Amino acid sequence: MKRHALSTRLWHWINAGALIILFMSGLTISNAHRWLYWGDYGFDPADAWLNVMRFPGWLTLPARYNLAAARDWHNTAAWVFALGLLIIWIAMLANGHFRRDLATGQRDWRLGAWRAALASHRSKGHDHARAPYNALQKIAYGAVFGVMLPLMVATGLAMSPGFEPAAPWLVDALGGRQSARSLHFITTWALVGFAIGHVLLTLISGPLRLIGTMLHGGTREEART
Amino acid sequence: MTSINRRGLLAGLGALGAGACSDLHKNETVQDAFRIAEEWHRAGHRMLAGRERLAPEYAPHERSPDIRGNGSLTVDSPFYREQSASGFPAWRLAVSGLVRTPLSLSLEDIRALPQRTQITRHDCVEGWSAIAEWRGPQLGSVLDAAGLAPEANFIVFRCADELYGRAYYESIDLVDAYHPQTIIAHELNGAPLPEKNGAPLRMRIERHLGYKHAKYLTAIEAVASLDDIGAGKGGFWEDLAGYQWYAGI
Repeated sequence: MKRHALSTRLWHWINAGALIILFMSGLTISNAHRWLYWGDYGFDPADAWLNVMRFPGWLTLPARYNLAAARDWHNTAAWVFALGLLIIWIAMLANGHFRRDLATGQRDWRLGAWRAALASHRSKGHDHARAPYNALQKIAYGAVFGVMLPLMVATGLAMSPGFEPAAPWLVDALGGRQSARSLHFITTWALVGFAIGHVLLTLISGPLRLIGTMLHGGTREEART
Repeated sequence: MTSINRRGLLAGLGALGAGACSDLHKNETVQDAFRIAEEWHRAGHRMLAGRERLAPEYAPHERSPDIRGNGSLTVDSPFYREQSASGFPAWRLAVSGLVRTPLSLSLEDIRALPQRTQITRHDCVEGWSAIAEWRGPQLGSVLDAAGLAPEANFIVFRCADELYGRAYYESIDLVDAYHPQTIIAHELNGAPLPEKNGAPLRMRIERHLGYKHAKYLTAIEAVASLDDIGAGKGGFWEDLAGYQWYAGI
């Protein structure tokens, strides 16, 4: 049995591509109105809770400001991202990946389990990456799959005036359209934080082997040594 | 390969990458993907929300203190200035194209039609929102009065204002045209429409972003195809900058 199922590997790379496009085009969209508000409405910078920086061209898609093209990129990649998330959740539930590797039990929420996770990381170095996920990994991946990624879809949909009549409760639950917009922005940066940690931990834990495993799948046996 | 060559090659590849990335949206395959995604969004919204489901309406105390003016803030013509000063006595809204009875409506005619009042949220493509009360007749009742021909597929809105030297216009399909909240607004928060918000008449198309809500309205035209209108993409911003014709996202 492979360490990473084919569905996991395909989703990982397709999703990474979609998220990069969504992030960079999203920064262009942010540049179109650089103020964030809470509630249903907001248009006056005096009412904003955050004045967002203007993101430079090397970070945005397209590089030269073009709101129409950025929205095309964003709304197209959103399909790949949202459908991908739905499919990987179905696959994770069906193939046991969620129950086996990601679902936390009571003992994963004890301080001791977190200390043990950090200690094993320090003492065994990169070898721990071959073992089943520890408490902190389960919680981090659980937060990404269960909270952050679905919240990006929900807050994105909540900003769409064409979708809203189908589920006005969604916009209400998120605190209004401008709150949904603020939450979309905040969750983006939480995901960027995760992605940076994810890449750094891969780099210090044997990047070639780990990237290889995410490409060809690796083996469970290897995981158990 | 010398290091200078290698550096040059890397710089070249970098420039190529950046250039490709910044202009990739013009690629034909990418454009096709964009078109398909937009069509899926529209079909998805229509499937989930149906033809009639309403955009949220708010209570009077939930209105925002103002509704920002954006795009054209006035019409730069002597006729407009003179009309604006005197309450638009000579302003006419033409209803033409694929209709049995072309109409020419004065503001008085429009105020005499059955009215709909709605407190709705205006969402700009830039990201901001404002909430206000709008009042006017439903577009559907005006189209019915003119008698839409069976060949009509789209409704085009002609405007008095010009931006960057081009006349503003917009268009929607018949589902949006007959949506109960699609009204020809002549009042904002109980007073005649202010100049910056499109006086004397503007569209409200509540399941779309703000650029669809044509201001300074002069004519409503029923057409079979949008190909021969403007540059053929269905609206001012669509023609000028490639904005999405379906603005429900």
